[in-house]
Amino acid sequence: MNAVDLPIPSVFAPVSTPALLIRDLSWLMLAICAVIFAVVTYLLIHVIVRFRASRAPVDREPPQVYGSHAIEVAWTVIPLLIVVVLFLATARTIFEIERHPLPADALRVTVVGHQWWWEFRYPDLGIVTANELHLPVSEPAARRPALLRLEAVDVVHSFWIPQLNGKTDAIPNHPNRTWVEPLRAGTYYGQCAEYCGTQHANMLIRVVVHPRGQFEAWAAAQRAHAAEGAAPGRAIFFATACVNCHTVRGTAATGTFGPDLTHLMSRATLGAGVAANTRENLRRWLRDPAHLKPGVLMPAMNLSDEEIDAVITYLVSLK
Amino acid sequence: VATVEVVTTGPDEVRRPLGVLLHEWVLTVDHKRIGIMYVGMALVFFAVAGLQAALMRWQLSVPGNTLVGPETFNRLFTMHGTTMVFFVGMPLVFGTGNFLVPLMLGARDVAFPRLNAFSFWLSLFGGLLLYFSYIGGPGLYGAGSAPAVGWFAYAPLTERPFTPGTSTDYWILGLLTSGFGSIAGAINLIATIVTMRCPGMTFGRMPLFVWLLLMAAVEVVIALPVLTAGQVMLLFDRYLGAHFFDALAGGSPVLWQHFFWFFGHPEVYILILPVFGIASEIIPVFSRKVIFGYPVMVAATIAIGFIGASVWAHHMFTVGMGAPLNSLFAASTMAIAVPTGIKIFNWLGTMWGGHIVFATPMLFSTAFLFQFLAGGLTGVMLAVVPFDWQVSDSYFVVAHFHYVLIGGLVFLFFAGIYYWFPKATGRMLDERLGRWHFWLFVVGFNITMGILHFAGLLGMPRRIYTYQTGHGWDTINLVASLGVIPQALGVLLLAINIVRSLRRGTPAGDDPWDAWTLEWATTSPPPEYNFEVLPLVRSRRPLWDLKHPDDPDWRHE
Repeated sequence: MNAVDLPIPSVFAPVSTPALLIRDLSWLMLAICAVIFAVVTYLLIHVIVRFRASRAPVDREPPQVYGSHAIEVAWTVIPLLIVVVLFLATARTIFEIERHPLPADALRVTVVGHQWWWEFRYPDLGIVTANELHLPVSEPAARRPALLRLEAVDVVHSFWIPQLNGKTDAIPNHPNRTWVEPLRAGTYYGQCAEYCGTQHANMLIRVVVHPRGQFEAWAAAQRAHAAEGAAPGRAIFFATACVNCHTVRGTAATGTFGPDLTHLMSRATLGAGVAANTRENLRRWLRDPAHLKPGVLMPAMNLSDEEIDAVITYLVSLK
Repeated sequence: VATVEVVTTGPDEVRRPLGVLLHEWVLTVDHKRIGIMYVGMALVFFAVAGLQAALMRWQLSVPGNTLVGPETFNRLFTMHGTTMVFFVGMPLVFGTGNFLVPLMLGARDVAFPRLNAFSFWLSLFGGLLLYFSYIGGPGLYGAGSAPAVGWFAYAPLTERPFTPGTSTDYWILGLLTSGFGSIAGAINLIATIVTMRCPGMTFGRMPLFVWLLLMAAVEVVIALPVLTAGQVMLLFDRYLGAHFFDALAGGSPVLWQHFFWFFGHPEVYILILPVFGIASEIIPVFSRKVIFGYPVMVAATIAIGFIGASVWAHHMFTVGMGAPLNSLFAASTMAIAVPTGIKIFNWLGTMWGGHIVFATPMLFSTAFLFQFLAGGLTGVMLAVVPFDWQVSDSYFVVAHFHYVLIGGLVFLFFAGIYYWFPKATGRMLDERLGRWHFWLFVVGFNITMGILHFAGLLGMPRRIYTYQTGHGWDTINLVASLGVIPQALGVLLLAINIVRSLRRGTPAGDDPWDAWTLEWATTSPPPEYNFEVLPLVRSRRPLWDLKHPDDPDWRHE
């Protein structure tokens, strides 16, 4: 699996209002720190070159200078002033982002961190999906920011899409909120940023930002029940433990421990981004999920090759 | 007025049988031997933690690497972090403190010599208990081996549903054990500094190293019991059905974070203050100048100590504390830059106009100034909360604190070894090997950690055992991993240097660096009773006064 199709998740390539605010503050901060770094480095190099013992008389100690109140006051007060400026700029951006007034019709999404995948629930739209967050693009004339409520069911996770906003932790028993406002359509990459156990490294996120008008189409398709085919694998799926953990809406499969599979084939990846969602990878995943993602909580179901093929035929019907 | 004997006494050449040697070292209550054992312990654990780091860099050198699996990798970074903080950094604090503080104060020993030995053995056995997890972890339950919860051990990952078996218990109990050793050691140091100063050694005349150790010891007493309390609560959660941090039963994971960082951030100052002390001794001696602005340096130390106890939640800007608290902790964190800046400027002022001799201790100290400047500035950046929301828990943070803890702490540790090895052993370390060690390490370190800042800015989180190609992280990681090679060679040269110099290094004499503090007034190595005759202490540099009776310090202070 690789992510060559996605833009580099740089914090300096923001495409969302809060990430842009952070970027602007970061440039100011970097400029201030770069000047301090340059001045002090210059002084250090000057001292090293100018005051080497090899350039000094051999047998005499240099004049002993015990201190200077004027100089010491100067290099206390000047940094203090710089710190005050930086603090004011920081506090302003903190409040600008955390207290940002969002329109009443902002899209609400509940993000739930699980060991080691993400659940996305759209309470107003009746949609539940996993690992791929779909959002509408926001335009000046029609702002469509998304208000994200962050939860976790097991341990602490952290939701981070560098191009959309800084991270906020998803903590069990401590719901948090954050928001994003993507200004450009595209697919953006992120991943869990708080160590959460064995597969912390493969708890990836894709955010698909739809161009104007297309989000509604996606939402309508997701809201529909599964378009299950009557593949022979359906019986195996429902007779095996699959249904204890997975939901296929409109059927008897109502498990909530694992990702909702109602529209499995609308997603680009498997195992929270560990592999591309292809027939071949589905086969490998069903044979032994831990082979693709060591430590994953989904067990191998010990199905025969024929049964796996049959189940795959069923799964690929979940468009 | 007593004078210093400038007799070059060779080290004790008499070879004693192993049993006798062991007896001497294991049963000793001599602060110098205990100090040397602490430093030896730090060096051994440093080698172990370095190997763990090298393995992790090897794993991350290319995307999708399968050198080690996720469990192994997670154990590696847990053990690396825990080892570096508790079994390299802490023994270093107490090792240098033990060896130097009584000598610098003109004391016979520490205030409580037997408690001192007890502290050391608690620390050592705490470390061994942690490492026994590799054997004992799977032995009992068939689950886990070494802990894999990170050195910060965030709840509820540490609760039994998520980490069954005993590995997490080894982490708790190992640190509890060594923690009691550290608290006792800190109380001992405070008592020594307050009560055991020789005649004339007022607080205002103590070497800066002693001041910094005093502040570090005060911080240990403030901060470490909080971790201990948190760990006891965690044990209650795991085995007695308590729910302090157990979210499923209504406990608060955020509470653990407050407990941990109320300890964890002062801990950073506990580690860095003593090595600031090392810099404050070495830079004047090798610049041939008195420290610039001693009173301000002391004031800055106290300020760092106390402000340092009020910044802990800057590790928690992403947990949703809300705008007012985030702003408050941003302010306190930025404020600490001011006294820290004062220190850098005063060291610079000390070098200004000096006759700087770039022997190995000074090389490491000079590199420290550059690297600590960089690490300090990225620290200020991380106090810019919105920027922290982006790079917290990314490789930017990894690079930042390695600039502070390797670029600062380890570099000055090395500086201190080259500087005081002659006093401890009576022999000089080889200067040529020392220079090679320095250049290899400074180049390798800056390659590895310099470039990793950019991985964080490009969105690479820390503590991941693998990553996919296509994020722009591949080259950065490969270069960072290659930087390990010169660093490893450098440390190997230090090991060779120590072993060789112990046997046939140049005899050092009492005062090889022409220094000014009291430890150089006795023989190398010092006798068990430290001083036969104490020089008169009338200033901060008693040996300067002896060497320059025409222009002693006490006329100027």
